[in-house]
Amino acid sequence: MNETKNNLLQLPNLERHPFEPRALKSILLSTITVICAILACVPLFSVLVMLIYRGGSRINLELFTALPPTAFQFDGGGISNAIIGTLFMVGIAALITIPFGVLAAIYLAEFGPYSKIATIARFSAKTMSGLPSIIAGVFAYAIMVITMGSYSAWAGGVALAVLMLPTILLTAEETIKMVPKRMKEAAFGMGCTPSQSMTKVVLPMALPGIITGVVLAVARAAGETAPLLFTAIFSEYALEPNDPTASLAVLIYNYSNSTSENQLELAWAASLVLVVLVFILNMVSRWIGSRTRK
Amino acid sequence: MNSLLQDDIILDCRAEKIFYSDFLAVRDSHVPIRKNQITGFIGPSGCGKSTVLRSINRMNDLIRGFKFFGSVQFHSMDIYDKKVDPVAVRRNIGMVFQQPNPFAMSIYENVAFGLRLNRFKGNMDEQVEKALRGGALWDEVKDKLKKSGLSLSGGQQQRLCIARAIATGPQVLLMDEPCSALDPIATRQIEELMLQLKERFTVCIVTHNMQQAQRVADQTAFFSVDISVGGRTGYLVEMGATKELFSNPQEQLTKEYLHGDFS
Ligand SMILES: Nc1ncnc2c1ncn2[C@@H]1O[C@H](COP(=O)(O)OP(=O)(O)OP(=O)(O)O)[C@@H](O)[C@H]1O
Ligand SMILES: [Mg+2]
Repeated sequence: MNETKNNLLQLPNLERHPFEPRALKSILLSTITVICAILACVPLFSVLVMLIYRGGSRINLELFTALPPTAFQFDGGGISNAIIGTLFMVGIAALITIPFGVLAAIYLAEFGPYSKIATIARFSAKTMSGLPSIIAGVFAYAIMVITMGSYSAWAGGVALAVLMLPTILLTAEETIKMVPKRMKEAAFGMGCTPSQSMTKVVLPMALPGIITGVVLAVARAAGETAPLLFTAIFSEYALEPNDPTASLAVLIYNYSNSTSENQLELAWAASLVLVVLVFILNMVSRWIGSRTRK
Repeated sequence: MNSLLQDDIILDCRAEKIFYSDFLAVRDSHVPIRKNQITGFIGPSGCGKSTVLRSINRMNDLIRGFKFFGSVQFHSMDIYDKKVDPVAVRRNIGMVFQQPNPFAMSIYENVAFGLRLNRFKGNMDEQVEKALRGGALWDEVKDKLKKSGLSLSGGQQQRLCIARAIATGPQVLLMDEPCSALDPIATRQIEELMLQLKERFTVCIVTHNMQQAQRVADQTAFFSVDISVGGRTGYLVEMGATKELFSNPQEQLTKEYLHGDFS
């Protein structure tokens, strides 16, 4: 008697009740989250579709090899100088910021994490990472363009470097800190000096993370317009680093206001090239990131 | 202590006070360590066994706020002397940690690492093999030296860490609970290895396992925590030959601790 009663009491009801208010609410909520997730993909894909639709027709060899057309040239021309200009200026910025940022990050993460200098550097990097990019342009204008007396690719590179430095510094610091403490202990236990422990054990483990940070900073810099407007402006001629220099971002900015149909088309094509470039850089950084976890 | 034996003391650790910032972690502990013997450190958790052990090769220098008052005589040199380079100390007094910590590189490179640090000029392959044999690991890994050190089992990783530590020929090996992450079989292997190692090296081991201390240690140091003054300060209660200490402890505290473990 007693046993049966107990059994009945203990047996929980496990059946589904799909039309209960509780279940309906849950379905509704999960549907909303799915819809929002889909909507979040819309901007990227609609931008891509539109760019392919408007600029796709100009993706050909000429685009990558020819110089821009004049306003009165009704067809033909390319954006080779802008592509080279963007790569050149981003390259300069990377050459400046990678050694600088990584060495500073090593100091912040390992050698003097609690020192005054480290606290100030970390704070200023965090502030700088929110710096409006136009300010980087004005800064580089003041120190480079005015002193050199001309717009130049060098000035453009410096402006982009100002934008890239905080990202590289902060991500490198994070990844160096994430190397497990027992690895560092093992190195010191073997009689490594601090710099040997850094170069032989810590940096090799942190490298993929550092590269990811660099690639993301490069991807961001490649699309910046404002800093280049003040420093490199634009040119219709092939790259000449001491003179004004074309870039994809400024080319898009200039040609999108043009009355020439030919130049408008090139602006669309350049946008597509830029987006694909950023896309590839992101893929590279994700690929490197996924290799770390193995 | 018998003065005839004084000569055998390779490391004479006198830890008067050890601080972490303003926390007094260890006081008044004189631990003489004899050459070619295994010295065991036992005692309740938090009594400062690791703190004392890591003070012996200045591993604690890496901890912010760490301060050591006292001396550690190593070959008539005090390793806390201003003139002494802590890196050189660690090259002569190797360390094996609680968690096996091979580097993220191949088994071979793990062992070669320390040799390269010391600019070893001889036959690298030979030396690596010798160290792996010394670590009782050679037969298990000789066909996969290029594999990552992290791909080994926990016990194998720990033996790799031992091989790595002995490759450079240190004089003393410090081991902080080297078996606590291992199963009984791997533990036995490491214990046998330690008994072999003491022919060539001097070994200090922290352990929570009383049987292990009795199986391997020639000398045993018993630490405890003093809570009378408000803090939780560790200190050496007594130290002596292992057999002596376990069968006939001099201090009441030791008796209680050993009994608590066995009954
Ligand atoms: N890095 C540190 N910073 C501050 N206090 C510490 C640090 N390491 C240890 N301590 C403190 O010092 C005391 C002794 O710690 P220690 O690690 O030496 O104990 P232990 O005897 O090794 O204990 P266990 O058997 O649990 O490993 C403890 O009270 C601990 O909280
Ligand atoms: Mg400990």
